[in-house]
Amino acid sequence: MRAASYLALAALAGGLFLAQGGALAASAENGRHVFMRAGCWQCHGTMGQGGAAGPKLAPDPLPFDALSSFVRTTNREMPAYREGVLSDADLADLYAYLQSIPKGPDPKTIPLLNR
Amino acid sequence: MARKNSPINVDRRKFLAGVAVAGAATAAAPQKTPVAAPIPDRGSSGLRPSAQMAAAETAMPRELPRAHMADGSDFMVDVIKTLDFEYLPANPASSFRGLHESLIDYGGNKKPEFLTCMHEESAVAMAHGYFKAAGKPLLTLCHGTVGLQHAAMAIYNAWCDRVPVIVVGGTDLDAAKRPPGVPTVHSAQDINALVRDFTKWDDTPVSLQHFAQSFVRAYKIAMTPPMGPVAIALDGGLQQAPIHENGERLYIPRYVATSPPQGDSGAVREAARLLANAERPVIVVDRAARSAEGMKLIVELAEALQAPVVDQGGRMNFPNTHYLNQSGRGNALIGQADVILGLELADYWGTVNAFIDNGEEDGTGLREPRTKNGVKLISISSTGLLTKSNYQEFQRFQVVDVEMAADAEATLPALIEAIKAAIPNDRKPAIEKRGEALRKAWTDGRERAKGAAAVAWDASPISTARLSMELWARIKDFDWSLVSSGNVSNWSKRLWAMERYYQWLGGPGGYGVGYGAPAAVGAALANRAEGRFSVSIQSDGDLMYAPGVLWTAARHRIPLLSVMHNNRAYHQEAMHVQRLANRRDRVAVLGHDRCPIGTAIENPDPDYAKLAASLGWWSAGPIKDPNELAGALEYAVEVVKAGEPALVDVWTQPR
Repeated sequence: MRAASYLALAALAGGLFLAQGGALAASAENGRHVFMRAGCWQCHGTMGQGGAAGPKLAPDPLPFDALSSFVRTTNREMPAYREGVLSDADLADLYAYLQSIPKGPDPKTIPLLNR
Repeated sequence: MARKNSPINVDRRKFLAGVAVAGAATAAAPQKTPVAAPIPDRGSSGLRPSAQMAAAETAMPRELPRAHMADGSDFMVDVIKTLDFEYLPANPASSFRGLHESLIDYGGNKKPEFLTCMHEESAVAMAHGYFKAAGKPLLTLCHGTVGLQHAAMAIYNAWCDRVPVIVVGGTDLDAAKRPPGVPTVHSAQDINALVRDFTKWDDTPVSLQHFAQSFVRAYKIAMTPPMGPVAIALDGGLQQAPIHENGERLYIPRYVATSPPQGDSGAVREAARLLANAERPVIVVDRAARSAEGMKLIVELAEALQAPVVDQGGRMNFPNTHYLNQSGRGNALIGQADVILGLELADYWGTVNAFIDNGEEDGTGLREPRTKNGVKLISISSTGLLTKSNYQEFQRFQVVDVEMAADAEATLPALIEAIKAAIPNDRKPAIEKRGEALRKAWTDGRERAKGAAAVAWDASPISTARLSMELWARIKDFDWSLVSSGNVSNWSKRLWAMERYYQWLGGPGGYGVGYGAPAAVGAALANRAEGRFSVSIQSDGDLMYAPGVLWTAARHRIPLLSVMHNNRAYHQEAMHVQRLANRRDRVAVLGHDRCPIGTAIENPDPDYAKLAASLGWWSAGPIKDPNELAGALEYAVEVVKAGEPALVDVWTQPR
């Protein structure tokens, strides 16, 4: 799915984020830009699908508080992103982007995965 | 050695054939044989000489006093031919012009056939890949100093990967006689010093007989586990000087393979006792299987214990369709284990310890054990028999409880028998139950992998899972061989059916980028003779080190399907720079690219399809829409089946 398709879900995603109590107006469109600019995609893939270098982030990301806490404080393989590098607003947008990523197809419906 | 330019006016091949045959024929009991008179042309033979040949060898050759003597390099070809090399990949050079000319004109360019390479690193890496698919080494020639320096990284890869390659470096030793100018710049007192830290053995023969001994010895050393590359410096003068007519007696030593070292019987019994009585044994394998037989032995070992196998992938050690292949959850299994058996592990410390690259400990990162207290560690590895000092590929020091400096594959039969004998009867039900749990875990793991593969199935850039499975669908019905693979999150191991020894060949060993493309071509060359379909998943950065190897593949009609994992970056390095920037609370500067400055391969985007086409390959791409992948691959498969190389460039996700 292309970026344009994600953006169709962006408003919904942002709205959900606000509905969950977020204090910021999140933008999935900017979130995708942040996801790329901050290098998240390098380990997690452009759709947050994960791979050898990093775990899956989307669809169905961790709750915002858990993800935010991890991003800010982790001292494991992933480097922490502090506010000077990734602002609170950008982190909220990034989360909105992760929320906007739709589920992939059911693997049972993909012939190449069932031969 | 003196140079002499003489017109060649006799049948030199027939002359030297006599020398070679005499040598080979007497090799069973090496002894000096007089230089032979001309005899009918025939191939080398291991048979004892006939009466006619014996007479020819001992009678005074009538032509000798007036004929130009054959040059030394012809005899060298005779020596080389006794070892049955199929090919000789090399970049041409003046310092081995004598041997080069002899190989193609005297030797008929057969066994070995000269393969024109565009870089010495490509030539050695081709030999590296060839060996892992064929089980036979290749010979390569390098121009003294410059060529050997070009080859050095590939030799280091072979060293780390325990792969035999016979490297002959041309040089002009005699400073008083060597040509002035460039040949002198390209000469050195001791060219082997360039690679001595990462070759098993080297020599600089000063006579033809010395060459014969050195060459056969080099082959023997290279092929004895732990295997590895060897180097011979070959004087240009020795190649070009005539064989002296009066008194030089040449013979060729016979090659007899050396038995690999086996583990001490007491250590084998102790290892068996520990494994037979373990509650949670784990078998970790890296370069354990040297052959298809080795793979069968590891399966037998694992089944005897019903123990999970964690395959680190240095070789095709264990079928991924076997329920005991639990590589996907290796760290968890290692963390629960009470006994761990490591077979030919490149890094035992790294297997049982974690390194967290998080900047702690003054920026060097954390180290912490993966294992629980009281775990017993067993190691069988031949690398303990060959440890040098300078290069650190021997990794961090790990204490183990039972350590055998021995070849794992050669030791397995005794270990398996000892384990079967050591398993107490009352433990057999528990061992069977262990196997049942592992069957379920294997099935669950496959289903999880399918779910993970589906997540970005329709993404663009194309996901590595989609790339891998589109490719798998096109080759799975062939007798295929994955000859090289970039870092695509191990999808082939997770979702393909890999069951034969040649279906996975491992990596470069020394992690030297630039190995993938030439090693793939070398392995495809080996597979061509077996009728196998060769496929590689080719990283972009790797290909750009020395893309000239594509021309070599086209020139010599080596069928290979190369599918690009083109993530348009040196991605490992992109992540490293990002990590350090975060650690320092700085924003990594991207410039106009997607990755930190200095790590992207874009703007302009290399067009690998055009590059390959210009070098004689059928090609397609760049393909960015996953739905366009199937058609391109199907066409490319037909090209490869027709005996030609084909490349499909695919823009991919990073991993």
